[in-house]
Amino acid sequence: MKTLRIPRLSVWLLFFVIATNSMAQATFSLPKLPYANNALEPVISEQTMNLHYGKHLQGYITNLNKLIVGTAFEQADLISIVKQSDGAIFNNAGQTLNHNLYFLQFSATPKLVPTGVLFDRIIQQWGNFDSFKMEFENAGMGVFGSGWVWLAKTDNGELRIVKELNAGNPVTKNMEPLLGVDVWEHAYYLDYQNVRAKHLSELWKIIDWNVIEQRYGE
Amino acid sequence: MKFELPQLPYAKNALEPIISEKTLEFHYGKHHQAYVTNLNNLIPGTQFENADLETIIKESDGGIFNNAAQVWNHTFYFEQFSPNGDNEPTGALLDAINESFGSFDVFKSTFVTAGVTTFGSGWAWLVKNAQGKLEIVKESNAGNPMTKGLIPIFTFDVWEHAYYLDYQNRRPDHLAELWKIVDWKIVEKRF
Repeated sequence: MKTLRIPRLSVWLLFFVIATNSMAQATFSLPKLPYANNALEPVISEQTMNLHYGKHLQGYITNLNKLIVGTAFEQADLISIVKQSDGAIFNNAGQTLNHNLYFLQFSATPKLVPTGVLFDRIIQQWGNFDSFKMEFENAGMGVFGSGWVWLAKTDNGELRIVKELNAGNPVTKNMEPLLGVDVWEHAYYLDYQNVRAKHLSELWKIIDWNVIEQRYGE
Repeated sequence: MKFELPQLPYAKNALEPIISEKTLEFHYGKHHQAYVTNLNNLIPGTQFENADLETIIKESDGGIFNNAAQVWNHTFYFEQFSPNGDNEPTGALLDAINESFGSFDVFKSTFVTAGVTTFGSGWAWLVKNAQGKLEIVKESNAGNPMTKGLIPIFTFDVWEHAYYLDYQNRRPDHLAELWKIVDWKIVEKRF
């Protein structure tokens, strides 16, 4: 009996070591979506979702997990990496954060107009919801090349429409991202081709303001 | 000066299956045309109203630069292809490629890597420097190496609109296929 106990203990120790090692290793994974890949049609097609979420976002996450090994960012959370890194780590971390925020703000049954504190703030700054939407779409049209347009919150709760190139995210400017629209061509080319403006005006139909209100901190 | 969309030296379906007719209809017929239209709308009343395209690219910035450079870049891009491509460089250009890169195959793989690693929208360029030597340069968005005193010889467009309908997220596959339609006789003339 005694000779059996020792190997059993060492087996448990081995499990313990493996388990703590894998917990210490921060690896990012594709977030589960609260809707099916065809749920946002016709605004975003199933084919675009399969590629944008299943290939592009997955690609950024896979790249990020490989790139951070052995760096100062190995144990860091995503926002810290985006704020502190540059080069390829920044690009892949930024795109992981951006796409997570992007995909999780949509719904097939969205709340189409904000209410409460966020709505009041929008009215205060833009006069009405349509003026805000128009300025946001214009900002998206004004991003030359690949990038994002963001609605972001400043330290004192004010709202800003922020244009970012490539993997940019307003967290690097000490603002909290609330709503992010992807103007990389991969986000809309299969469904809208060169007509980015149409894509931007259609997106309002699936943006769930419940999510944006939660991000604003109501 | 009014800029115009240049004629393509081949039919829109001539580069299939490497570049589909649908992609050419958008890339040439919509994107390239839009850059021409935008440029013509932007320059009246500016110092560039009567300037040639290369002067505008070298001296402007913002919207005028973006549209002028994209007009030039796309004209240069489309005219280097041919349905009778798939040849290889010869003569002085081949010698210069061998001198700078070791071999044509090494050049091709280095060039594809430059295209694949351009993050976001942009262009990979083969250029001739002031010493007459070849180099590979990556540019973002509308970037053109003439603004750095380099002479463009050859280019691949890595904006997603260049390949998304045909290759979706597979940029490396698109670039690997493009060699089949490059007409090196045209590229040699630029060198």
